[in-house]
Amino acid sequence: MKFGVVVFPGSNCDQDCFYVIKDVLKKPVRYIWHKDTDVDGLDCVILPGGFSYGDYLRTGAIARFSKVVESITNFARKGGTVIGICNGFQILLEAGLLPGVMLRNKNLHFICRYVYIKTENNQTRFTKLYNRGQILKIPIAHNEGNYYIDAAGLKELKNNNQIIFRYCSARGEVSEQFNPNGALDNIAGIMNKKGNVLGMMPHPERSSERELGSQDGYPVFKSIVKWLKTQRTR
Amino acid sequence: MLRVEIYITLKRTVSDPQGLTIKHALESLGYKDLADVRIGKLVIIKLNFKDKERAGRKINEMCKKLLANPIIEDYSFNIKEL
Repeated sequence: MKFGVVVFPGSNCDQDCFYVIKDVLKKPVRYIWHKDTDVDGLDCVILPGGFSYGDYLRTGAIARFSKVVESITNFARKGGTVIGICNGFQILLEAGLLPGVMLRNKNLHFICRYVYIKTENNQTRFTKLYNRGQILKIPIAHNEGNYYIDAAGLKELKNNNQIIFRYCSARGEVSEQFNPNGALDNIAGIMNKKGNVLGMMPHPERSSERELGSQDGYPVFKSIVKWLKTQRTR
Repeated sequence: MLRVEIYITLKRTVSDPQGLTIKHALESLGYKDLADVRIGKLVIIKLNFKDKERAGRKINEMCKKLLANPIIEDYSFNIKEL
């Protein structure tokens, strides 16, 4: 079982992700430079947060054309497990691996703080160790987390249970009051229809150890490991 | 040589928090009769050829591929000879 963490010029959560996989999860992991095309032998690819290519033009717009994203697209098409966190999520949207787009936060501020999110779907390879409706305390740090999709797209997300996490209160109330960035329908994380690609704005790698104030993000990684173990063919 | 100005704006249906904030700022400066303010991007590209038709095709391609995100943005451009 092997993990890969993609590194773009401007990525800044790559080392955190690497550390969590290697030292907390204790699984093999390697970096994938954005010019590399080799994702062979990997079971899970992580697109970390940061500011790939300085967020120029639109977040993720330039990274989306890097060589590695082409390989990851093929990897995902074959059913490989991909998780995009923050800027990684934005890249997956630009690449069309996930539907929708990110707008600037409604209040125009870079928001860096803990929020609460609700696990809306725990029947996925990324969330199977959470309870349904489980509330997580998890940090966000972004300027463009205001998720948007047209009405037809939103309906499809709902019909296919593709909305995985939504912003909520500490008690789990999902409403505009507890929406930090203006995201449509309080969406904090979604997956593709096939269920092998997840994008989320909150940072599970920053909430995987007690010393950091929360371990609520750790089950995302543990869930992937558990799911991979059940895949004997790989 | 050709000079192309490409304007990229958020679609009407997409809210524009930057535009709204600027509208409020202008209103607080006393400009009270503003119906709407929208923000966009201007991209200026110079091309090493003179064929305007070809330029139009290429620029359309660039906009669709990279410069604009069709989910939320519209674009328009004009081409001038230099």
